[in-house]
Amino acid sequence: MTEPITLTVNGLDYPVDVDMGRNLLSVLRTEIGLTGTKEGCDDSECGACMVLLDDQPVNSCSYLALQAEGKSVTTIEGVMPADGLHAIQRSLLEEGGVQCGFCTPGIIMSTRALLDGNPSPSEEEIRIGLSGNLCRCTGYAKILAAVIRTASDN
Amino acid sequence: MTVRTEQPSSRIDDGIGESALRPDGIAKLKGEFEYAQDQWVEGMLWGATTRSPHPHARILSIDVAPALAIGGVHAVLTADDVPGRASFGLEHPDQPVLAKEMVNFWGEPVAIVAAEDDATARRAAAAVVVEYERLEPLTDPEDADLRDEVFQRMRIRRGDQSASGSVVVEGFYEVGMQDQAPLGTEAGLAVPDGHGGVDLYATSQFVHADHEQVVASLGLRPEQVRAHPTGIGGAFGAREDVNLHIHLCLLALHTSQPVKMVYHRSESFTGHVHRHPARMWYRHEADEDGNLVRVRAKVLIDGGAYASTTAAVLANACYFAVGPYNCESVSVDGVGTRTNNPPCGAMRGFGAVQVCFAHEAQMDRLADALGMDPLELRRKNALESGDSMPTTGQVIETPLPTVEVIDSLAAMPIPEESERAGLPGGSGLTTEEHHVVRGIGYAVGIKNLGFSEGFDDFAQARVLLTPGGAIVETAAIEVGQGLVTILAQIVRSSMGVSSVEVRHVDTSKIDSAGSTSASRQTQMSGGATLEASSRLRARILEHFAGDDLNDEGVWRDGELVVPMSRVTEDKWEETVTFRHPPTSPPDGDGQGVVHADFALAAHRAVVDVDPELGLVTVVRVDTAQDVGKALNPQSVVGQIEGGIMQGVGLAIMEELILDHGVIRNPNFTDYLLPTILDAPDVEALLIEKEGSWGPFGAKGVGEPPTISSTAAVAAAIRNATGRAINRVPVRPQDIAL
Repeated sequence: MTEPITLTVNGLDYPVDVDMGRNLLSVLRTEIGLTGTKEGCDDSECGACMVLLDDQPVNSCSYLALQAEGKSVTTIEGVMPADGLHAIQRSLLEEGGVQCGFCTPGIIMSTRALLDGNPSPSEEEIRIGLSGNLCRCTGYAKILAAVIRTASDN
Repeated sequence: MTVRTEQPSSRIDDGIGESALRPDGIAKLKGEFEYAQDQWVEGMLWGATTRSPHPHARILSIDVAPALAIGGVHAVLTADDVPGRASFGLEHPDQPVLAKEMVNFWGEPVAIVAAEDDATARRAAAAVVVEYERLEPLTDPEDADLRDEVFQRMRIRRGDQSASGSVVVEGFYEVGMQDQAPLGTEAGLAVPDGHGGVDLYATSQFVHADHEQVVASLGLRPEQVRAHPTGIGGAFGAREDVNLHIHLCLLALHTSQPVKMVYHRSESFTGHVHRHPARMWYRHEADEDGNLVRVRAKVLIDGGAYASTTAAVLANACYFAVGPYNCESVSVDGVGTRTNNPPCGAMRGFGAVQVCFAHEAQMDRLADALGMDPLELRRKNALESGDSMPTTGQVIETPLPTVEVIDSLAAMPIPEESERAGLPGGSGLTTEEHHVVRGIGYAVGIKNLGFSEGFDDFAQARVLLTPGGAIVETAAIEVGQGLVTILAQIVRSSMGVSSVEVRHVDTSKIDSAGSTSASRQTQMSGGATLEASSRLRARILEHFAGDDLNDEGVWRDGELVVPMSRVTEDKWEETVTFRHPPTSPPDGDGQGVVHADFALAAHRAVVDVDPELGLVTVVRVDTAQDVGKALNPQSVVGQIEGGIMQGVGLAIMEELILDHGVIRNPNFTDYLLPTILDAPDVEALLIEKEGSWGPFGAKGVGEPPTISSTAAVAAAIRNATGRAINRVPVRPQDIAL
């Protein structure tokens, strides 16, 4: 059974017909065509599907698309300012925090939520803030360095 | 091997030795980089797979009618629909494309479906009715060994087999089954070309091997199939073997429509091979001064249901069973068993990981028996350039700075206290701080680089100079490691041109680059790229009678004589197939020049242990690694930090739990991957020595970080607890009970 809803994603309204049981991730990727948000586990464990819902980080694989109606959804495609990379993106690039890059959009979304709420987090607070994002390539060291650098530049 | 023409006189930005940034980094940071999962074409169908719920059973019947009856289903195919070779395999084609009469492991593909959307395809795959007669699975590898259910046995005998030493230590060691767990699951798209052929865009580490296997099973001519490199979310060995590749092409050709397939995580755990679990029995003998006199080992690895690369992993495990130590009397017996467990194959470290855990535990025990410092014992027996491999007898001709690596690591300071004062177990109600015990452990590991045993190992690359800059064409796979950065750096430094684009081209456009595995692409595809680039520069200089080339054009005696716009009016292109120094297969005793190059690393782990609950925090891991020449230091350190994390994972948390052949934890809730909270602080020292045949003396760097980091963590836990710790992952009960 499908339901017509309107999702607000990165400031734009998208009317979509969705199955009631369909998750937000799948609608973002296949109906709206925003494939920057990734599916790594379908289990709320890896954080590759992290988006912001009214500025709160959410695993979109475990969130019904229907529940997102009326909320503001921000995906990786909505993070970048018009004049180039966001500070988080710049730090990740320059510190070497990107390898395969599959976790990267989720890392950026979690970092943004963390820094929006706490512009000067301690290392421990950064680790806790990113503990819902798995990265298999980097061993996290350069991601941690990039977030520390972004926070100190704030 | 490498043509080393004169290098450009002027320094160039982002050349070799500099930490150039990834050219694909911005696309990845913006979410614009296209991974295999993200592919989409008009009118495409979705594929799904029906898998065996039993580890061992006879197939009595398959009824596809209920699946075909579902609206939107376009095809349901079984083994009878495979037009060509019914099986595939990287080394031996023994694995059915689709099971026909028997299923031999839990999750083995039995049927494949194409439907109009993902959900319908999965529903149809579940609707296929397969009648099984369940059979008793063979799941104990020691039973399999006794019954001679084996893929391969390996025998190494070197030196006087009657040699003996006065100090003897024996041990039994076990390594659990680790998963590569790349964050992107298996995914791909097959597009029929309208003339009976197909284009495949699927996750892979080796498109030419995929191509060969797809061609065989589809019964097509090689030119009818093109395998394209595509965006990959990590690999670590899991993508060497075919999984969905043949299925996708079958479905696409059957339906005459593009077909896409993406494995869910639980399916991914059955859809790719794993690291071989191992059981190892060791006996080390030394004289009173600590000189190794004899090493005997039996190494058993379980290959699971199908061969994959078990023979090569076993050979590696046996060749490196002694570690980087001299010993004149060695006996190693290896066996790779065939069971009804999930198939095992390549994972980072490829056999060297398992034996390193055992030989390093033995070295520590030997040091203890001798009353000797464990590092002193290792220094005393260190295998160096010019020495003979203890197993094969091969004289090591490339640099192997074992003592320097050990000494450099030992000299690294250990910070007084980590900034993180967390207790093992994190925020849970665990123990009190004064009960926590700190331990420190060291380990050293060695592995071959590139393919060994006489395999014709080559990589082809093409370099072009165009009005837009230089272009490298290659079928080598960028899995995240940064090959795309390195190849551009090599061209900048060797040709003198700053704008370089690396293009991943399909199997019809270039010959094989070999697999992105065995730490080999920097040396192999890097070697091909350097030679092509250097030759092209030499040809251009000769043609225009110049003595230097840069972005502005050809120079002679300090003056620009031909501007670049005129240089590139001609077509400049050079294709090179690079081969490393030849190797040979071993003789019946495992002797011979079987390896092309070696690399080693040493690790020191610092752990905090809660001995009551058996919980472990890995506080820091320091390392010194033999890298030849660091072409991109930041990338090298990135490989080291990531490799160490996987080694820590194997040491304390990552294990696929099997119950009579069934994986009990095929998800990220129960298969524990390290998070950023588990990440130790890492300091890495890069030990650079000239003399390897890689470009600019570079060695592969991807695998050594995973080899001895596991063993170092285990040694640190042993140091903290006094427990034997003879298996990894170390479980709470191994410490607390």
